[in-house]
Amino acid sequence: MNKFLKWFASDSFIVSLAAIVMGLLLGAVVMMIGGYNPITAYGALISRVFGDWYGFGEALREMTPLVLTGLAVAFAFRAGMFNIGAEGQVLMGMTGASLIGIKLTGLPALIHAPLAIIAGALFGGLWAALAGYIKAKRGVNEVITTIMLNWTALFLCNYIVRTFLLMPGNQRSVEIQPSASISIDWLSQMMGNARVHWGILLAMLASTFFYYFLWKTKQGFELRAVGSNPEAARYAGINVSKNIVKAMFISGVFAGLAGAFETLGVFHYQSVYSSLPGYGFNGIAVALLGMTHPFGVLAGAGLFGSLTYGSAGMSFDAGVPPEIIQIVIGSIIFFIAAQGIVRFLLKPVYKRKKEKVL
Amino acid sequence: MKKAVKLSLFMLLAFSLVLAACGNNSSNTAATTGGDSEGTAATSDIKIAMVTDTGGVNDKSFNQTSWEALQALEKEQGVTVKYLQSKSEADYQPNLNQFVKDGYNLTWGIGFALESALGEIAKQNPDSNFAIIDAAVDAPNVESVLFSENEGAFLVGVVAGKMTKTNKIGFVGGMDSPTIKKFEVGFKAGIEAANPDAQFTAVYASGFDKPDEGKSAAATLYNDGADIVFQAAGGTGTGVFNEALDRKNQGQEVWVIGVDKDQSIEFGTEITLTSMIKRVDVAIKTVSQQVIDGTFKGGTITTLGLKDDGVGIADTSNVNVPQEVLDEVQSYKEKIVNGEIKVPAE
Repeated sequence: MNKFLKWFASDSFIVSLAAIVMGLLLGAVVMMIGGYNPITAYGALISRVFGDWYGFGEALREMTPLVLTGLAVAFAFRAGMFNIGAEGQVLMGMTGASLIGIKLTGLPALIHAPLAIIAGALFGGLWAALAGYIKAKRGVNEVITTIMLNWTALFLCNYIVRTFLLMPGNQRSVEIQPSASISIDWLSQMMGNARVHWGILLAMLASTFFYYFLWKTKQGFELRAVGSNPEAARYAGINVSKNIVKAMFISGVFAGLAGAFETLGVFHYQSVYSSLPGYGFNGIAVALLGMTHPFGVLAGAGLFGSLTYGSAGMSFDAGVPPEIIQIVIGSIIFFIAAQGIVRFLLKPVYKRKKEKVL
Repeated sequence: MKKAVKLSLFMLLAFSLVLAACGNNSSNTAATTGGDSEGTAATSDIKIAMVTDTGGVNDKSFNQTSWEALQALEKEQGVTVKYLQSKSEADYQPNLNQFVKDGYNLTWGIGFALESALGEIAKQNPDSNFAIIDAAVDAPNVESVLFSENEGAFLVGVVAGKMTKTNKIGFVGGMDSPTIKKFEVGFKAGIEAANPDAQFTAVYASGFDKPDEGKSAAATLYNDGADIVFQAAGGTGTGVFNEALDRKNQGQEVWVIGVDKDQSIEFGTEITLTSMIKRVDVAIKTVSQQVIDGTFKGGTITTLGLKDDGVGIADTSNVNVPQEVLDEVQSYKEKIVNGEIKVPAE
């Protein structure tokens, strides 16, 4: 409990909170300039997310892929790498899940759905491990390879959907078998047909796994050692190349799961995307918001998801154009990334507080 | 130092107060645009809404045309209209649901991308009315409107076939999909009917939001000797126009045929030979009017073709196209309308 309190009072928590408040304030100023009432707008945002069960369920649905892609980016980051390829890994995860979800028939749901999830996770993981392998063997910067693999994944997945899974006359695949669906139908009915699915729960478990693995196991320690100082890790007898590939694989598994859940739980089909859908890029923002800590990522995804989902409420009730919501989200991320500014602005507050404590 | 901080804080406060004042003033005036429309004589408590696809409401294409049509209805009939933009595929369902829950009398889904989302929501809410453009949803409370793009494309194909000097004609599609294929096939048939010697090349981009790809596709076609390019590529088509404009400025004689609405208004008649019109606004107005009049039935799939003036060529075509060609276009149009010519669709 004490530890919990300490975390609340910790420097990073206060800075994050201040950054969010500043972002919201800046957004309010922009709304005022545009001639909209920020109080109505923020009220509409909150009531869209928490106003009824449908909104809440859909907001959870919005958060799930953000949690997972956030974890993917944060995990690689902890191992000293910047995984910009979560986007492509999500797409690979979708494709893996669709392939199993559509092509395998006659399995009971208890086997089919987990199998499809595992396929998605593996597709995503292997796609990321490819970038990790190239880095470990040839020293190619993972930023470059993962960005390029995003596009490769986009076109590869579109090709697979078009060639093997296409619903004739449409830009999407046929529906997955009902046995591969991970939607929670009874809960969905209770929540006014919100698209809730088991992936929401699994995403939370994934963040616990992240925490446990990195901080409570030997392998996690090795990964973190490689992340903080690969030379020192090598000197300590840790196999750096192996750890790089492993870290990228696990990172990709998180992203792949995000894709698998979107296909199996939300859409039940896979679209032919004309451009990158943006899951992975939002994941980078979420990882930043969450200070690359798994529970921070949960909170960050909660915030980011509520803002994105609630934004339609803002335009519905208060007439605020969605672009302004993007400004709010953008400024929150800006303040988190530019911590120097936040710390500078907080300085007067801090000084007084420290005096009091002393 | 301390003084400076205090001063800047004070300034910030003062500034935000000023802003707040401005904000209130303008929000008062902005509020009326929401749909109260106090100024107009006719008022109605009918509420009509639309959900855009991911292109957004300012896509210079069918989302925008649809919204303009709804706004016109608001002005003429005093109905309340509203739209929601979809940022991603996942937004379609909650956006449609928002209007259902708010008791809207009709909710439009704009574009084939909304097909499955709208089908799902229509099934869950059998008491609400829906309509969709460019897709067929089979449900008793959904009105589906499709267009015979191939017939309109046939007419501009005739224009291209008659007007080409190099006997090479190109086509840029936004994406290799059945809807866009209809444009290509109809266009090609039109060229073949008017000028059997002309060579035809089709190029596809990877999406509707890639002007750079449109530009390079157009460059390839023009370099290959084509002098007329028909684009059915949404935002990607902007690149086609830009490439043509660059070449025109260098003295090359090239043309673009616009799509969906009269694009000479936006890009100028010096490069826009003609445009194939798709009257999304007619569809929106017709079906919305049924709801206003209380004659909405739903469950039908309407295909608007040349016969219904759902597709056609732009009225400003006579600027660049000589009258005898337009006469020929007119005679082809009549032949299509009375069934003498059947334009292929795939």
